[in-house]
Parts: sequence; C-alpha cells; structure tokens
Amino acid sequence: MNQHNLTRRNFLKISTSVAGGLMIGFNLPTTAEAAAGDATEINAWLTIDPDNIVSIVTPQTEMGQGAWTSIPMMVAEELDIPWESVRNVRADANRHVNNGDLYTTTSTGGSTTVSKRHPYMMQAGASARERLRVAASKRWNVPLDKVVAKQGILTAEHESSGKLQGTYGEFAADAAAVTLEAEPAIKAYGDWWLLGKEVKRLDVPAKTNGSAIYPIDVSVDGMVYAAVQACPVPEGKLVSYDFEAVKGMPGVIAAVELKQVKDIAAFTDLRSAVAIVAESWYQAKNALAVMPIVWDFGRGATISFDSQTAEALSLLATPGTLLKDEEGNIGKGMDKGVNHDAVPDLIASASKLVTGEVYSRPFEAHATMMPPCAVVDVKADRVDVWTFTQDIARSLSEVADQLGRDTKTVFLHQTYLGGGFGGGYNMDVHRQAAAISESIGRPVKVIRSREEDIAQDSQRPPVWGTYKAALGDDGLPIALVTHFVGEEKMPVFSQRGVANMPYLVPNRRHEYGAVKNHIPIGYHRAPGANSNGFIVEQMADELAQAGGWDPLDWRIKMTEGIEPWQRVLLAMKEKSGWTTDMGNGEGMGLAIVESHGTIAGCVANVSVSRRGQIYIDKLQYFINSGYVINPLGAHEQAESSAVWELGHAMFGGLQLREGRIVNTNFDSYTLMRMPDTPPVIEVNLEMSQDQWWGGLGEPTGPPTPPAVANAIFYATGTRIRTTPLSKAEL
Amino acid sequence: MAITLNINGQDHEIDVDPQMPLLWAIREKAGLTGTKFGCGIAQCGACTVIVDGNAVRSCNTPVATAVGKAIRTIEGVSANNDHPVQLAWQELTVPQCGYCQSGQIMSAVALLENSPSPSDNEIDKAMAGNICRCGTYPRIRAAIHRAAELTK
Repeated sequence: MNQHNLTRRNFLKISTSVAGGLMIGFNLPTTAEAAAGDATEINAWLTIDPDNIVSIVTPQTEMGQGAWTSIPMMVAEELDIPWESVRNVRADANRHVNNGDLYTTTSTGGSTTVSKRHPYMMQAGASARERLRVAASKRWNVPLDKVVAKQGILTAEHESSGKLQGTYGEFAADAAAVTLEAEPAIKAYGDWWLLGKEVKRLDVPAKTNGSAIYPIDVSVDGMVYAAVQACPVPEGKLVSYDFEAVKGMPGVIAAVELKQVKDIAAFTDLRSAVAIVAESWYQAKNALAVMPIVWDFGRGATISFDSQTAEALSLLATPGTLLKDEEGNIGKGMDKGVNHDAVPDLIASASKLVTGEVYSRPFEAHATMMPPCAVVDVKADRVDVWTFTQDIARSLSEVADQLGRDTKTVFLHQTYLGGGFGGGYNMDVHRQAAAISESIGRPVKVIRSREEDIAQDSQRPPVWGTYKAALGDDGLPIALVTHFVGEEKMPVFSQRGVANMPYLVPNRRHEYGAVKNHIPIGYHRAPGANSNGFIVEQMADELAQAGGWDPLDWRIKMTEGIEPWQRVLLAMKEKSGWTTDMGNGEGMGLAIVESHGTIAGCVANVSVSRRGQIYIDKLQYFINSGYVINPLGAHEQAESSAVWELGHAMFGGLQLREGRIVNTNFDSYTLMRMPDTPPVIEVNLEMSQDQWWGGLGEPTGPPTPPAVANAIFYATGTRIRTTPLSKAEL
Repeated sequence: MAITLNINGQDHEIDVDPQMPLLWAIREKAGLTGTKFGCGIAQCGACTVIVDGNAVRSCNTPVATAVGKAIRTIEGVSANNDHPVQLAWQELTVPQCGYCQSGQIMSAVALLENSPSPSDNEIDKAMAGNICRCGTYPRIRAAIHRAAELTK
C-alpha cells in the first residue's frame, strides 16, 4: 500500500500539467461516457458539463465502503456545488499510471480513503473553485474578491452593471485555461457545509436491481471461459496433466499451463497452475475436475496447523526477539515511559506474578462473496482488463508485466467489487486471465470456484500469544512482557495492536517470533489487530481480575491522562449499563482496541444456555474516530466490520492439514448468517473528537471477539483462549 | 439440447446441456447477470431466483427442471427499481458491496409474498441461506419489516 503525501507544490504541478485537456477516459461505466461528451475538464479530478453537472473522478475502488460517495463529497465540499449535481466517474487507470501517478495513488485499503487522502482531494475541489472565480473575474472585469462561488453559481456585484451571475458550467472552459499563482488553502473543520452530514451512498440503487456490474458480469465479443486449478499445497508446482483425457468433453477448447517464473511466487506473481478453457464456465469447471493432474507439493506438504502450533509453543517457552521500531527504539507508540530492560528482573522478583496461558487465532480467508474473477482481452495493439482489485494501477502494471507490454497499451476498467476486505491486493487472477487470453488468442473470463478461491487466497495469518506480569501493592501491573508468535512471511502482523496498547505499565517489553509457513498471507480487514485484540484485551481482563479491579475501572485507571481513550471508556461506563454480575447464565464483557487511528470500544451482552450454546444478545460500540464526514457511512462501516469479525470469532477458522486448507466452501468454512446476528448492534459516535482523521472501515472488528469472550467468562466462569468460540466446551 | 426458459415473463430459446445449472443458463445464455455465482453448492444464496413462487438456489438446480416454470430474477422484480423491497433496501441503505443483494432481495420478495408481515423468527428462517460478508444483516432485517409496511 504505497502512500505518499502530496505537497502543495507537487499538487500544482500535477493539476496544471493536465489543465485544459479533454477527458480521455476510456471507461465503460455510463457515468464516464456521459461526462466525456460536452463536459470540460477543470483538472484531472473533475469535469463540469454545460448543465452544471459535475463529474468527480474516483481513483479508489468501491467495494461497499463508500469510496465512490466519500471522494465526491470531499471534492464537492470545496468546489461548493449542490450534492444533487454530483456524479462519480471511475478513474482511468491507464492515464494515472502513464502520467506520473496522476491521482497520487489508486490503492484502496487501510481505511485511508478519507483519513489519508482528504488533503489532496479537497485541494482538487478548492483549486477548481478558485479557477472558476478567476475566470468569472476576467470575463466580468471585476476584482477577484468580488466574485463569490457558491452552490454551483458564480455571482458578483459590478459597480456599473449591477449584479452578475453565471453557472459554473458557463465558465468551465475559461477556468480550464486558468493557472493560479498560488493554490488556495483547504477549509478547516467548522467551515464545512457538506462534510459531516448524512449522505446516502451513490452506489446503492444500482445494487437493488441487478444493474451493478462486477468483473464477473463483463462480457466481450468472442469471450470464452476458464476454470483454474493451482497446486492445492501452496508453493507446490505442476508436474504434468493429461488434457487428452478430457478434450472430448462438451465445450472444451484448450488446456493452458500457467507457468510460475520465480522459484517461490510472491503474492502477485503467477503461481504454478493449469486452466481449462471452454465455451461455458460450467463446462470448463467440469472438465478440470476430472482431468488427471500430477503435482509436486513442495516443502508445505508436511506443514499443518498442528505442526505450526507445536512450533509456536516451543518458541513461546523461551524468550523471543525484542520488538524495536525502524529507529531502533522500542516499538512504536511505546514512548510512555516504557523501560524494557528492567522487565526481566521485575518479573523474576515479583511478589505477585500473573502468568498467562497461551492464546491463539487460526487462519481466516477473505471469502468475498464474489469469487476472484477477471476478464482479459489480449490483442496485438492493446489489452483490456476487468478484475478484482483494490488497486487498479498495481493490477494494470501486473498485467503489463505478465505480458511484457508497455503500460500505455493496457487499459484496466474499474467495476464494482463484490467485497474486498484486503483480498483485492495480493491477487493474481488477472495475470492468469492475461496468460490464458494471450495463449489462446481470444478474450477470456477466469472465475475461481469457491474451493479454489479459499484454497489459494492470501490468508489472514494465525497468531499465538502469551504474557507475564508483575503486580504492585495496588493490584496494578508494574511490569509486563508479552510474547506473540506469528508466521514467517509477515511477522509484523503479530505485533499490531500489541506494542501500541495504551496501558500505562511503567515497565513493558514486547517479544515476538515466527513459525514456518508456506500459506500465502495477506491484508485482512484490520490486519494484525483483528487477531491480536482478542489476546491483549482478554489479558487486560485477566490482569484486572488478578489485581482485584473491575475490568472497566482498570482500563480507565491504566489510561489515565490519555484523553481520547478516556472519552470512550467513560462513555462505556456511563451508557452501557456495565456490570460484571448479571447472573442467570448471562454476562457482559468489554474490550477496546485502537486501529487505523480510531479507538473502538465494544460492550457485549451474551447468554449461554445450559447446553453451552452462546447467544450474543447485544453489542454496543463506543467510537472515537476524530472527524466523521458521513455519519451514515460511519454507522454502516461500524456495523459491517463488527459482524465481519464476530463471524470469524464465532464460527470461522481455516483448517490446515498436510499443507492444504481443507475447509474450502461455505459448508465447512462457516461464517455469520442472519439467525446468528445479534438482534441489537448499537453504534455511538458522539465521543469522536473533531481533532484528527481516523479510519472507519475496520476498527470495530478487533474489540468484538475479546468483548464477547470476556462476556462469556462472566456468564460461565470459563475463559476461551482460541476461536471459533462456538466450538468451545461450555 | 434446445429448451425454452420463461424468465421474467419472456421466453428464451437456448441450447444447453440439460444438467447445466440454471444459474449459468440465466447468466451466460440469457445474458441476465444480476443473479450471482457465490459457492456452487447452494450454501450462500447469491444465486437465488424465484421459480413458481419459491426461492431456489439456481447454482445447483439443473436447467431442465425449470422448463415450463415461471422463473423470476432480480431484473424482473420491477421495471423501475421501485418494488417495496427495493425501496426499503434503498431507504435503509442495505447494500454495501452489493454482490449478495440480488439473492437477498429475491429471498425477501419470496418471503413477503408468502408471509406479508413476517416476525423476526420467520425472517431469520427465510434468510438463513443467504450469506452477506459485509454483514448487512441488521439492515436487511429492518428493511424486510419496512417493505412489509410499504406493501400494506
């Protein structure tokens, strides 16, 4: 996820380099076609047509998180145009890639579309507004400071001719030729007229009548279908296949070997696989299912979740590597008087020592409702691509790389995504489609079966963790050591949400390690924090109990003076009906985790039946995310990430045996369904401080499983240290 | 084999393997892409269509069994995106990624046609076969109640 800040100077260079140019956009979506007509491009971000309709470019992908609404909102705020006049237009990935990253980045993840990208998006709107004002000032021959731009209308009082008025559309062509001497500053909080209001997402209507187009819905003349099979043990290689055995089956056209270039494929490299191409996807899938294939499973064949767990337990039995940040200091966010050197002695000489047991979380898949899919049409002079991606520029470049083509000849068309959750980053489905289309000389649609999707996904990694703490006379910890073990490909995930826990333990030490792993790993909604929160926030409850503290009072005490956390915790105390003593098989539990610049607290009410069945009766969220630009979108995302992570915690868990994921469809990889969804999910955003930009696409996930597990403890006296919770013996 | 499918009141003559799942006939042969592929084993509900008034999973329904029956897909719910279920879905901003929502809407339409004012329990039962990874279940539940109100 490449991020870089756009300086004012940098921005000027970008916007003037395309000033006056016409919309080039080769984009299939209807909004883009409409905008390409008589509209004038003011800068790369927006066009205004003669009817004063403004089309705003969205470089980020829309996967339900609201990017195609929040980006236009940020631009429209500064441009000052009625929201009803705003349309969204998908960014032209080719233009972005071949014009020095025109839109800064097309990456869509990490809850950053608003939190990190607002400065230059708002700048694009402000710049266009100022150029419209300059254009009006020149045509009317009035001083610039007399020209007002508001709600799509330019007005000025002229000394002799009185009131002058015109639409933005009437001045768009003039404005496109204006070069500003200096870029205007963007508005500060408090001056907003649109941001902060509830706005319904623009993509909703197309998603209630089947008209929203996803990559799987794209058709090209002459297109055929492909089903693919990669080695069921990741990192393994194809040895041979017998196409003769299936080539007589109905509709079958060809078999194509997908050759892995590197010895061990990186995330987005083509992996060793074989595809069957047919007239229908159903025919391709049927033939592939019976074609004899020989694999070399490679080093992964002996690795299982049990073997990884054994390795993790052995690593946890001895000290791990001390966590340090890039500057060599102890982990980031740990500058609150932490002294890691003193920890071993304080633990060794503790009068009251708390020794945690081992907690763990398993692998989880993205299992987006749309299985990975891509349509690629390779022609002699150009390549067209529709694919499952959370970064259109990166995927365009990957296709160019796969085919050895110039990026100028590759055109990637943004569609809706049937879910993302991080799964659209480490994705090679468009490489597969490109290789197949090139090989057979026809456009092809690759659809992964659900089994192939889950078997080949870049999974959320597992984690194992434990801790020790020495308590002082007041029952509060004076020294704490955590030890978390992740896996070797992205061990950093085992530290997110751990090293930056806010609890003011005067002496802290965070250690880590990693187990051998061949399973591809990827970003998975609130990466790291999603699994680690489960451990850290049950640890917090255990430490509170050991010291004789109420778990909520303990957290309030341990974050004393940290205002953003205090607001959330005090709201939980005032409003949640907090008690640890419900009786009757019922319990309340809480947890609080910071991720993506947002602090999210969860209070869970559960009841456990005599037969050990867990019911989640209510979830309450208390959130401090800084600015909230669309409360409706904030609520939607808070509910969504809560249900997402509750599903994994209650039911999920991939099983890894003999090197392969064995539960690869929804009959065996069980997720949240309607009857399991808590009847009440409340989202409280009032404690958000208007002081910083936090993300909201992910943060309610991490506190949910530990709040539920803590509630189960108060309901039953049993502490559950791994997931899925529904499989625990209660 | 040449067969005739009646989809949304219109006959489609198509030439297919009679064992081909109805889903692929609707998507690839009739060209109606609102009905989605999710799992292929009738576990997720993304492929839900209404056949003779009943919600069915088209991904494992052989196309031959649908001949002579009235098939309704998301495209046939209304001409102007204004069926009470669609209006309720828009009012409560139910869809997020939206991929599962054709199937959710078809299950909801079938439910409301059989039970105009369903209880939460009836909703849970009727919608249990439709997975939504965006977790829009609370909004779906509320929107079904809202659609019931709009229908009165």
